[in-house]
Amino acid sequence: MNENEGAGPDKPRAIVVGHGEFAGGLVSAVGQICGMADKLVVLSMMGMTPEDIEGTIRDHLARTGARVIFTDLPAGSATIAARRIVKDNPELVLVSGVNLATLLDFVFSTDVSPTEAARSAAERGKASLIVVGR
Amino acid sequence: MGIHLYRIDDRLIHGQVVVGWGQPLNIRLLILVDDLVASSDWEKELYRMAVPPDMEVRFVDVGTAIRDHPKYAVDPRPGLILTGDIGSMYRLVKGVKAIGNVNLGGIHHRAGRSEKLRYIFLTPDEERQLRELEAAGVEVTAQDVPSARAVPLPEVLEGATR
Repeated sequence: MNENEGAGPDKPRAIVVGHGEFAGGLVSAVGQICGMADKLVVLSMMGMTPEDIEGTIRDHLARTGARVIFTDLPAGSATIAARRIVKDNPELVLVSGVNLATLLDFVFSTDVSPTEAARSAAERGKASLIVVGR
Repeated sequence: MGIHLYRIDDRLIHGQVVVGWGQPLNIRLLILVDDLVASSDWEKELYRMAVPPDMEVRFVDVGTAIRDHPKYAVDPRPGLILTGDIGSMYRLVKGVKAIGNVNLGGIHHRAGRSEKLRYIFLTPDEERQLRELEAAGVEVTAQDVPSARAVPLPEVLEGATR
């Protein structure tokens, strides 16, 4: 399990989890662009059972107070685990299919609750997918 | 078309299954054989949402899978049969007889299991069931993704290819 809870004065507002080094790479990019990687917790699920993934996410939610989970693929085992957690905790929000634009919008939305920020960031992330060329 | 892959994966429906194998094999029919999932509407909905729209998924228990296997085998769509544990696949193979190969895709660490490959951990009883399948003529290999080498069961059990 890799984790990076950052060293900032504020607690992280979300957990980012995905395949391989996806989450770490994405949060590293957030840090490089705006220096706010400490708002995000990175989890890697490599080599873990579904129960381990779910347990680890639950532990980090409890430890950090984060209320948002970002995952990569809708079909991923992290998303499946997160959906089980959200079912038990309606105050949490899951955003699947996260991209860099989503996370950047999220970390800058500090004037609203994390769950509101997540919903708004998901819309920004969708809009960031563009196709250029014929 | 019939069934292109019989896979054991404790993560059930996830990225390696629907994308890693599903795309190159053009899988259009996914049979998830799991007694627990088949008995829970919530579990079925959870996994149904993880499947792309061009892939039909069916949730069945082992007994139903044995009964309906002849239908799966003649379905015109390329199919994949998935179980979450060795015991379910063992029962399925014993009940169907026509299954010639089994893919070990992901059986992760749990108390009582020992590491064989990075993604394969087995209890002594699970090892025995796999040996029994192979002795009955079923080819058992470990291969997490299509681009990886298919590791034959004897090599898996030696744990020599970590």
